[in-house]
Parts: sequence; C-alpha cells; structure tokens
Amino acid sequence: MSIERREIEKLATLSRIAINEETISEVSQRLGSVLELVDQLQAVNTDGVEAMSHPMQATQRLREDEVTELNRREALQAIAPETEDGLFLVPKVIE
Amino acid sequence: MSWDTVIGLEIHVQLATKTKIFSGASTAYGAEPNTQACAIDLAMPGTLPVLNKQAVNYAIMFGLAIDAEIGQVSAFERKNYFYPDLPKGYQTTQLEKPIVGRGNVEIQLADGSTKNVRIHHAHLEEDAGKSLHEGNFNSSFSGIDLNRAGTPLIEIVSEPDMTSAEEAIAFAKKIHSIVTSIGICDGEMSQGSMRFDVNVSVKPSGSETLGTRTETKNLNSFKFMEEAIKREVARQIDVIEDGGTIAQETRLYNGETKVARSMRSKEEANDYRYFPCPDLLPVVVSDEQVEELRRKLPELPDARQARFVKQYELSEYDAGILSSDAAMANYFEAVTSACNNAKLAANWTMGELSARLNNEDLSIANSPVSAEQLAGLIVRIADNSISGKMAKEVFEAIWAGEGSADQIIDARGLKQVSDSGALEQMVADVLAANQAMVDDYINTDEAKRKKKLGGFMGQIMKASKGQANPQQVNQILAKKLNELL
Repeated sequence: MSIERREIEKLATLSRIAINEETISEVSQRLGSVLELVDQLQAVNTDGVEAMSHPMQATQRLREDEVTELNRREALQAIAPETEDGLFLVPKVIE
Repeated sequence: MSWDTVIGLEIHVQLATKTKIFSGASTAYGAEPNTQACAIDLAMPGTLPVLNKQAVNYAIMFGLAIDAEIGQVSAFERKNYFYPDLPKGYQTTQLEKPIVGRGNVEIQLADGSTKNVRIHHAHLEEDAGKSLHEGNFNSSFSGIDLNRAGTPLIEIVSEPDMTSAEEAIAFAKKIHSIVTSIGICDGEMSQGSMRFDVNVSVKPSGSETLGTRTETKNLNSFKFMEEAIKREVARQIDVIEDGGTIAQETRLYNGETKVARSMRSKEEANDYRYFPCPDLLPVVVSDEQVEELRRKLPELPDARQARFVKQYELSEYDAGILSSDAAMANYFEAVTSACNNAKLAANWTMGELSARLNNEDLSIANSPVSAEQLAGLIVRIADNSISGKMAKEVFEAIWAGEGSADQIIDARGLKQVSDSGALEQMVADVLAANQAMVDDYINTDEAKRKKKLGGFMGQIMKASKGQANPQQVNQILAKKLNELL
C-alpha cells in the first residue's frame, strides 16, 4: 500500500520537512506500511473497550504554583543563532 | 429580505497563577524579554512538563461557577503547527476530554430581559510567545519573546446561541465578571488577559439552516468585538444580497484601522494533526477536591447583585453595575462599611470615581482615592458639613494626593456654615444692607415674589464666601421675608 504523492507533499509541508523527488516513492512505501499496521489494529473489534491514554495505570502528578525557575536568559541564549536586546531573532515571519 | 445573525464565541482567559502551566517560571506581566522563559518553556530536549495544580483548580472553579460537569478524567493533546513563537512545534491543549463540560451562563440584556447561553465546554491549554516585527534589529528578522509561552489559559467555547452584537458583548462581559469575581483571572484586557474569537454567520429570517460562518480571531476589547461583529454581519449580508457566497475563513480585525482581512481560507486551513500528549498522564479530579473548591468558591456576580439589593437597598440596576466588576464591588463594600451610607457610596463609586478612573484609564485597584478616603468625604456630605459643590472640590484634592477629606476641608476653609444662629445673622445683615431689594420684594405680587428670592440668595452666598448651607439659608430667608410682609 502506498500513499498518493499529493498527500506526501502536503504532509511534508505541514511538517516543514524537505522531501526530494528521489526519496518520495520510498517515503510513500514506508508510510504506507505504517498505515497497514494501523489498518490491522482497526480491524479489531474494540466495542466497549475504553481508549487507553497511557500504558501505566498512573495519573498526572501536580506541581505547587511556586516559582522555581529563575532567569537564565544568558545561558539559554548562548546557543541561539541570533539574539538582540534579549529577543531571539528568526527570519521575518510576516511580509 | 431580513436576516438572522448567529454568533458563537471562543474566549481565552489567562489564569492568574504565579507560574506557567507546565513549568515553574513566573508569569508576571511586563518583564524584560525572555527572562521568564525557562528550559521547559523553550522546549529544550530532555525537559518534561509538570502540570500546575492551581491552573487545574482554577479551571474547576470556572466549571463550578457556570454549573458545568467537571471531567473526572481529563487528558491533554498536542495541536501541531509551526510558528516561531511556539517553540515545541505544538500547543499542549485538550480536545477529547476537556476538564469542564457543558454549562450555562445567564446574560442580562438592555431591555431587562435575560437569556441563557450554553457553554459547550472549557479546556486548559498553554499560551504561545510573542512575535515582534519591528524593533532594534535588522528588518529582515522578527524578534521572539517567549515570556508568555506556557502561560495557563482556559478556552471557553460557547454554543452559537447569540443573535446580535449586543448579546455577544453581554455574554463576554458576563464571563469577564465571573472569572474576575472568582479570582481566576485579573481581567486586564489591555494586557491580553482575555481574548475573543468570534464565529459569525447569517441566514434568512426564520430559516432553520445555518449559513456559512467566518471566524474573526484575537479581539482584545469589548469595543473592537462589537465593531468587528457589526461589520462582519453587514459584509456577509452584502455579499449574499449581491449574489455571492460566504467563504468559510479566518479573519483578523484591526481595531485601529477598522478593517478586517482574510487570514486563511478553509482550503489552506491548518491541519493540526491532534494526538494524545505522551508527556502528560490523565488528570484525575477527585470528588473531595471538587467539593472543597465548591465550598471555597467566592460569591458569584448574580448572587452579589441580589445581596446588594437586599442588604443595601440599592436598585437592581445599580446593584448590577457594582457587582459586575469584583474590584468595584469590593471597593463599594469597603466604602459603605466605613461611612455607613450605601446610597452615597454607590453614587460616588459609580459616578464621580468611575468617570475619573475612565478618563485616566486606571483600574479601580489603582485608584488614587482609597475606599477609606472616599468614605471620609461621604461622611462630611451626609452630615451637611460641605455642599455638593464643595464635595467635588474635595474629591479632586483627594485625587491629587492632598490628604483626607477632613484635612482638605480644614486646609481650604471649606466648611459649610450650618450653625443656624450664624446663618440668621448673615441673612439679617444682607436684608438690612439691601433695603431697596426688600421694598421691591414686598411690593411685588405674591405670585411673582418667589422669583425675587434668587437675588437675596446670591447676596447671602456671596457674603458667606459660598460656605452657607443653601437649604438652611433658603428656609431662614423665606421666614424672615414673611415676617416683613
């Protein structure tokens, strides 16, 4: 089973991943086999089975509302490609 | 042809927690860029979110306030999209199992009628950061401030139950009133603490079929929201009456230029590819936790309005205005308990004080006139120490920081003369000094004499430098002139 080229291109756009001409059919095959697995799972009758949101029988632990993270801007921005006046700089996002 | 309008709202309410929804970084407003964005907010590899207990409690409190079902088990999903102010590449939000289920909000309309607006659900989610497109940097860049990234929000989604801009505004204001009254949001619209997305469609009057809707996003004031709705309704009717069709799209309204433009159409709509967030376990809320929050839930605006009518004998209207804003209601109660005069406390809080605060764009929490100071002024009005005109002067002086009402009255020699002996003498002096006016009064027809009183009043007030109690002077003057007839 393979996925249509149009869908691969759309997924690539949504995921901001560049997929070149040579690899497009390989990607299509691989994604197709993942979907086949999903189809197998979907063929199972799950009537009356509550969807599992986590494999462990655990629930979310909550944190008290206290400030524990202090300003570490200098250290965190040391690895940023571009900064100015404390702002992270990115290629302009509006025209 | 006449048209019906159908409106639904999505309201983002910023929760008044000290820290982010998934990290211990501060949410204080106005900090230097990126000084409140920690490794978790920045989506550094290896970090994991831990949910803020207070954010969960605040969401439950909202649910209780609108009489909604509280999700005993709620879960988080990832909403995937790329934008530089969203470091993770997804927003952590709730979709399948929101924490607050169906509820109801009653709104009051201008004609005095009420209407129920159904709430579809409300869910917890995180805010994104802020992109700045102009600043002290090369114009080929955008600047990113992630201080707001991870700030806890609840998104409240209404059913499309509103049929006019007026109803939508009444609903939005009611939500504002509820969330500030129960203390889960500071309600500061100018700081983005509440933002509205408005879904609008029109259909031929009486038709059962809904028209195609558009969504106008990110309105941050009631005024902009009202304008945006009215313009969008008019635009849709124009398009349809000109034979066109409405495209389902997302629009942005610019409050400054009054122009809305299309942001994206349905064809290019984002495909968010939601899936359960593997970093967060299901959130389980116990009955005990819900009951404890219910016990601690502050008084709701409707209950407060009813209490104000009963306890302070205010009109429904006055009680409604005062109770709609928690800060104003608290201020009014503080003034009343200090001066023991609810009627004057209500008039001054809603009148002079609110007008002055509006002019200066100040919230009541930052009022230069404290509740104690206003109460001090009201005490002096109620005991006739000062006239209404003097009271306005004293109010201005308190506002300017000149001290308490009594200090200002003393310093300016504003005391109204209410001592009847002194007033009698003053009236007698003026009559003696103006024999011609007195003769004229006596010789005038009885029916026309009343008009002559103004002249005497003017002279007496002038002689007292404006400090005589006008009601008392009036009585004394009438009595003395009568004796001369």
